[in-house]
Amino acid sequence: MAVLRGVVDWLDERFPIKSLYKKHFTEYHVPKNLNLMYVFGVLALVLMANQLLTGIWLAMSYEPSPEKAFASIQYIMRDLPYGWLIRYLHTTGASALFIVLYFHVLRSLLYGSYQKPRELVWLFGMTLYFVIMIEGFLGYLLPWGQMSYWGAQVITSIFGSIPVVGTSLQEWVRGDYFVSGVTLKRFYALHVIAFPLLLLLLVFLHLSTLRHVGSNNPAGIDIKKHRDQNGVPLDTIPFAPYFVSKEVLAIGVFLFLFCIVVFFFPTMGGYFLEKANLEPANRLQTPEHIAALWYFTPFYAMLRAVTFSLFGLDAKFLGALVMVSAVVVPFALPWLDKSPVKSIRYKGRLSKLFLMLFCLSFVLLGVVGSLPVSALSTGIAQLCSVLYFAYFLLMPWYSRYETTLPVPERVQ
Amino acid sequence: MWSVSRLGWSSALVANEVNKGRRQFLIGSTCTLGALGAVGVATPFVAAWQPSRQSRAAGAPIQVDISKLELGQQMTVEWQGQPVWVVKRTPQNLTDLASLTAQLVDPSSQKDQQPSYAQNTYRSIKPEISVLIGICTHLGCSPTYRPDRAAKDLDASWKGGFVCPCHGSRFDLAGRAYKHYPAQANLIVPPYFYKTDTVIEIGVSREVKA
Repeated sequence: MAVLRGVVDWLDERFPIKSLYKKHFTEYHVPKNLNLMYVFGVLALVLMANQLLTGIWLAMSYEPSPEKAFASIQYIMRDLPYGWLIRYLHTTGASALFIVLYFHVLRSLLYGSYQKPRELVWLFGMTLYFVIMIEGFLGYLLPWGQMSYWGAQVITSIFGSIPVVGTSLQEWVRGDYFVSGVTLKRFYALHVIAFPLLLLLLVFLHLSTLRHVGSNNPAGIDIKKHRDQNGVPLDTIPFAPYFVSKEVLAIGVFLFLFCIVVFFFPTMGGYFLEKANLEPANRLQTPEHIAALWYFTPFYAMLRAVTFSLFGLDAKFLGALVMVSAVVVPFALPWLDKSPVKSIRYKGRLSKLFLMLFCLSFVLLGVVGSLPVSALSTGIAQLCSVLYFAYFLLMPWYSRYETTLPVPERVQ
Repeated sequence: MWSVSRLGWSSALVANEVNKGRRQFLIGSTCTLGALGAVGVATPFVAAWQPSRQSRAAGAPIQVDISKLELGQQMTVEWQGQPVWVVKRTPQNLTDLASLTAQLVDPSSQKDQQPSYAQNTYRSIKPEISVLIGICTHLGCSPTYRPDRAAKDLDASWKGGFVCPCHGSRFDLAGRAYKHYPAQANLIVPPYFYKTDTVIEIGVSREVKA
């Protein structure tokens, strides 16, 4: 013990670890009314650590070339000791990360966590989400299966839909006239080096901006208004050990569920790992039914919901615009919400209605995005796309003119 | 003109004052030069993403023997890494093609999606033989050949053609896009010519004498 203390003291004289630990753990105060919705952030962190660790191990055996990629995945799955486990942890981890993120974002929508003064936390968080989507897309090409190939073909073709510069931009992104070995190696480099570094930086920014302004809470009460004689906000608990111990329990329960999926349902009926991807890529034949991975399906549904031309722009460019807007518009949320209150508990009926419609439309878009195209699915996708955007674009009006409930001064 | 006295060379030294004009000029000029340098440094990195010489060279023309192609049959060959279809259409198909005009986006092939010699109703040199690049003009999937007229899963008026499995775009047997589906341009007809009666060369419009 004395030796350890000596080491810590030695370190502290050279780098302020003691005060850092105090500032960010024992003397960082979080609202005492944080509920279950507040554990998804740390779960995302755990999953990103899982992706990093298993990813490094996969990179040791994976070969990024059209001739060897598919076979090297088979090698990992069949020959490498515990290779199947490492890969299933990685593939399940990707899907789990999106599930966790969707709850994490829902929490922010419910309790107004994006509102002043947490705009930057929201912006970095949305950027993280966007970069994680690209990271997932890049990684999905690597197994070089049919779905990998045609997924990449479709998404890179979106660049080709841009007027004037489209075709050359598409070739520039692919590095070839079609998705080829050049594209594969490029995606590999980005997936394992560039984007993980970018993600690390963004996680740091997301967390440090959060630590600066502090957590919001389910009631949306500004807890910094009431402090004790030492300046510590009332209605809070120290992050360590009180909230940390809750998080540890949540991580335990989550990992239990996660392992059930990894060991017993790693393909999740074709949603986490698509069946068509067990066939090597064939650039002369598209699979009969191609669906994006489940976490992209809401956006994919919007892409194909646009079947008409408008203002001289053709349907495919419009579809791409709608899809990109669906990711970009939420960035503006802190400035769209004009409500005097943060939490849904005190917002008016319209806010509740639009949020419910938004959630419903997002889920429905996800469902139709994974189904083959039909007149019905296109109709549903069009209606849901309108509802999706209505939540954001009508917010400046409904959040301002609805009647809100009074927010209590203190946490009950 | 920036003269030495205007820049305040000597007076600043003497009076030990901050010459704001000079400072601004220096900040402006270094930033501009720095930005130019950044563009220069970025050039090789951006250019390295373009198709390499090897990729460019891989686009040589190919020869296809169609002597064994049956009526109504489709064959798929590879050119520039893309699927190219050769379909032998039946007389019934050819009559159908002429009757579809009202349902198509670009029935008379006005948009530049084919060589001039394929700008006709059948979008081909010989009416019965269709040569098309099998890449959907929507988002690059490869449509499925569906020659079955009135197919149950499509609709009763279906006259045969291609259906994209990705986003449901539909094309007739000449690769012309149907209205109200995502793809709004006809499939591309590659440059090709008949080397003999039964051999097509795909990739060039006519024989280049070496």
